Amino acid sequence: MSSRMQIALVAGILIAIGLGLTLYKRFELGFPLLPGERQNVWTLESKVTFNPTGGPVEISMALPEPRAGWTLLDEHFASSGFGFSIEESADGSRQAKWTRQSLNRPATLYYKLQTYRADEFGLGASPVPEIVPPELTDDRRAAMGRVVAKLRERSSSPVSFSAQLLQQVANDNMDQDTAFLFAGHEHNHLAVIMEVLAYAGIPAQRVKGVFLEDGRRRQQISTLLEVFDNGRWHLFNPQNAQPGLPDNFFIWSRGDRFILDVIGGSSSQLEFALVKNSLPVKTVLSMEQQAGDKLMLDFSIYALPVEQQGMFKGLLLIPVGALVVVLLRVIVGIRTSGTFMPILIALGFIQTTLLTGLLIFLIVVGAGLWIRSYLSHLNLLLVSRITAVVILVILIMATLSIVSYKLGFNQALSVTFLPTIILSWTIERMSILWEEDGPREVLIQGGGSLLAAVLAYLAMTVELVEHLTFNFPELMISLMGVVLLLGKYTGYRLSELYRFRYLRKDWQ
Amino acid sequence: MKFISPRALRELGVLGMNSRNVNYIARSNPRRLFPLVDNKLMTKRIAEEHGLNVPKLYGVIEIQHEIQDMEKILEGLERFVIKPAQGSGGKGILVISERHEHNFTKSSGAVLSLRDVKRHTSNILSGLYSLGGKPDVAMIEDMIIFDPILSHFSYEGVPDIRVIVYRGFPVMAMIRCATHASDGKANLHQGAVGVGLDIETGQSVCAVQKNVKVSKHPDTGYGFEDLHLPHWEQLLLLACGCYEMTGLGYFGADIVLDKTRGPMILELNARPGLAIQIANQAGLAKRLKSIDRLPSHSLLPEERVATSRQMFGRQPSMF
Repeated sequence: MSSRMQIALVAGILIAIGLGLTLYKRFELGFPLLPGERQNVWTLESKVTFNPTGGPVEISMALPEPRAGWTLLDEHFASSGFGFSIEESADGSRQAKWTRQSLNRPATLYYKLQTYRADEFGLGASPVPEIVPPELTDDRRAAMGRVVAKLRERSSSPVSFSAQLLQQVANDNMDQDTAFLFAGHEHNHLAVIMEVLAYAGIPAQRVKGVFLEDGRRRQQISTLLEVFDNGRWHLFNPQNAQPGLPDNFFIWSRGDRFILDVIGGSSSQLEFALVKNSLPVKTVLSMEQQAGDKLMLDFSIYALPVEQQGMFKGLLLIPVGALVVVLLRVIVGIRTSGTFMPILIALGFIQTTLLTGLLIFLIVVGAGLWIRSYLSHLNLLLVSRITAVVILVILIMATLSIVSYKLGFNQALSVTFLPTIILSWTIERMSILWEEDGPREVLIQGGGSLLAAVLAYLAMTVELVEHLTFNFPELMISLMGVVLLLGKYTGYRLSELYRFRYLRKDWQ
Repeated sequence: MKFISPRALRELGVLGMNSRNVNYIARSNPRRLFPLVDNKLMTKRIAEEHGLNVPKLYGVIEIQHEIQDMEKILEGLERFVIKPAQGSGGKGILVISERHEHNFTKSSGAVLSLRDVKRHTSNILSGLYSLGGKPDVAMIEDMIIFDPILSHFSYEGVPDIRVIVYRGFPVMAMIRCATHASDGKANLHQGAVGVGLDIETGQSVCAVQKNVKVSKHPDTGYGFEDLHLPHWEQLLLLACGCYEMTGLGYFGADIVLDKTRGPMILELNARPGLAIQIANQAGLAKRLKSIDRLPSHSLLPEERVATSRQMFGRQPSMF
C-alpha cells in the first residue's frame, strides 16, 4: 500500500508543479493558453565575409533600427576572435564594430536578428539632405537639361517627376537623351537617377534593406529610392517603379550611409539567410517583453536558436503520442507490435501527411513482408537477416520515390520521413508473427499498431496540443505524473470486458 | 458485440491484466528471479538440484558450430524434443516421435530430413523463437509419452496441466488439450481446449475453446466431463515445490503426465496468462485475496496443498 501512496504523492506533486508553472506563465508572464492569431516572425542571419589584407582589421556594420512598423525581437552576434562593441551615435543609430589586430585567413562574422511587422505605417520624417548638384561633362549636362525639361513638362510635382523617370528606366523605353545618360551605367541606374533628381533640385535619398523570402539564402541588400515632396517622403522601388514600401521589405538603413565598412580587408560581402516562422501574436508580444527584460523567469523554448526550436517542436510532441499509446495499451488493451513503434510511425506521418503516410507504410511493409518470406528460407542469422531487411526497405523506398516521381506524384518523395529501422523491425516482427501465428495475428497486431499510430498522429496534430507543448513544456511534468498514475492502474482493460464476456451468467 | 460490465467482472473476482501486472507479478516476483524461469535450461537444472521431476535432458547445443556434430547427440534416440531454452508461447518446439535412420517423423506425421532438423536448430540458436530475437541455445530432451488416460482428450499433441501457484499455494488449475485447430500445440489462443480442474479432486469443471464453452473434444469426440486427472496430489505437490525452488510468489507451473514417470515439470511461467479463469469459469482475484488473508506461515508444501484443496475445492461442475 505504501508504494501506492508514494506514487500518488509523487504524481500529485508532479502534476501540481506542471500546472503551477503553466498558470504562472499564463498569468504572470502573459503567455496565451490558446493558440491565437498568428504572426510571421522573420529570422535574418547576416553573414559578413572578407579577405584580410594584412594589418589590423576593423569592420563596422550599421545595425537596423525599427522602422515602418517592423519590430526587433532579438539579436545575436557571433564573431570568435574579434573584439566586439556596439556604438550608438547621437541620432540613435547603432553600429556594430568588430576589431582585430591581425588576421591571416578569410573570416566570417554573423549577426542574427528576429523581427516582425507589428503595424503597417510609413517611414515617417527624416532630415532632408542637402542637394548637391552633380558634376557633369558638357555633353551630359546638355542631355540632362533636355531630359529634366521634358520630364517637367509631363509632370505636375516632384513625385510624378520621379515616377515618370523611374518608369522610363524600369520599362526600358527611354528616349535618346535619357538613353545617353544611362549608357555605360547599366549596373548602377540608381546613381544616374539620383543625379537627374539632384539636377532637377528634388531632394532624394537611398533606403537600403532586404527583400524577405522564406528559406532564401545568400540574399543581397536591395535599395529603394525616396523622394521628398511637399513636406513628405515618397518611396519607390527602382526595379519596377512601384511607389510605396513593399510588404516584404525589411528596412536596414535610411539615407546615404554605408551599411558595411571594412578596413584592412578586401572582397567583403554581406549576405542574408532568411527563415519565416509563424507564431501566435501573444507569444510574439511576450517575446518582445523578454527581449527588454532578460531577468524574467523564462522556460520558453523561444530562447533557443531557430533550428533547435524546430527540433524541439517535434520532440515535445512525443510525450503526447506516448500518452496515447499508454492509454491504448493500459486502458483499452490494444496490442501493438513494439511498444513505441506507433509513435515513431506517427512522427513520420506528421512529415508525410496521414493518407500518403498510411499508403506508403502499407506498400513498404507489404512489399517487405513479401520479399522477407523468401529470406526466411535461407536460414540467415538474425543480425544479417535484419540488415538485409533494412537494405530492402531502403531499396523499396528508393524505388517507390523514383517510380512515383516519374509518374508525377511528388507526395511519395516524403517516404524518407518514415523511420527506416522501425519499418525494418516491423517487417521482421510481422514476418515471424505470420509464420508462427498466422496472418490473423499479423492483422490484429499490425492493425493495432497502425490504429495507435493514427490516433497518436491525430492527437499530435491538434493545433491546441502543438501550441501547449511548445509554449508550456512544463506541462510535460504533469504528463509524467499522469503516466505514473496510469502505471498503477489496476482496473480492467476495455478489451477484457470483451474477452471475459462469456463469464456473464446469462450467456452461459 | 457482447460485453460484460466491469462490475460483473469484479463480482466474479476476475483478475485483469493490469491488476495481474501491478498487484501480483510486480509485487511478488523480483526481477532477478525471472531468468530462472525464462530460461528453460536453468529451470531444468535447478529443478534437478531440488529433486523435482523433469524430462531427461540429452544435450544442449549452444553455438552454430556444434550443429554439424548434432548426429552424435541424436545417436540412438528414437524420439526426442528440440526446443529453444528461451522460447515463448511454445514457439520453436520440434517433437520427433519416430525415427528411421535420417528420417525424422514429427508427431503430426510429417517427415523431416537431418538437414531440416539442423536448420530448425540453427534457427533456435539465432534467436528466431526467443523474446526480442536474443540468441538462444537449443535443448534436446526426452519426448514425453503422455498417460494414455489423457489420450482421449488430446489430438496430435501433449496435453499439459497449468497450475497457478501464489505464495506457495496452488490456486487454480487447468489442462490444455491440443486440437487439430491448434496444430497439436497446447496454446489456448491457437485453438487448444482449456479444461478447468477442481483443485481438490483434479476433476474437470468446465471446458472452453476460443473462449466458448465446449462439452467434448472437437477431434476425438470424447466428453470432457469424464476427464479426471490421476496423480493429482503428487501433481499439486510438484507445482508447489517450485515455490521453494524459485522463490517466485506468483507463477504458473506447466506440468505433463508421463506414462511411466508421472507428473513432470515442463516449464514455469512468471507471467501466467488469464485464460485459466475462463476455463474454470471462476475469478482468480478472489482466490488470490483469500490467500493474502491467511495468517503468515511456514507451512510445508504438503500442508499448503491440503489448505488449498480445502479452500478452493468442490467447484460446481459446469457441464
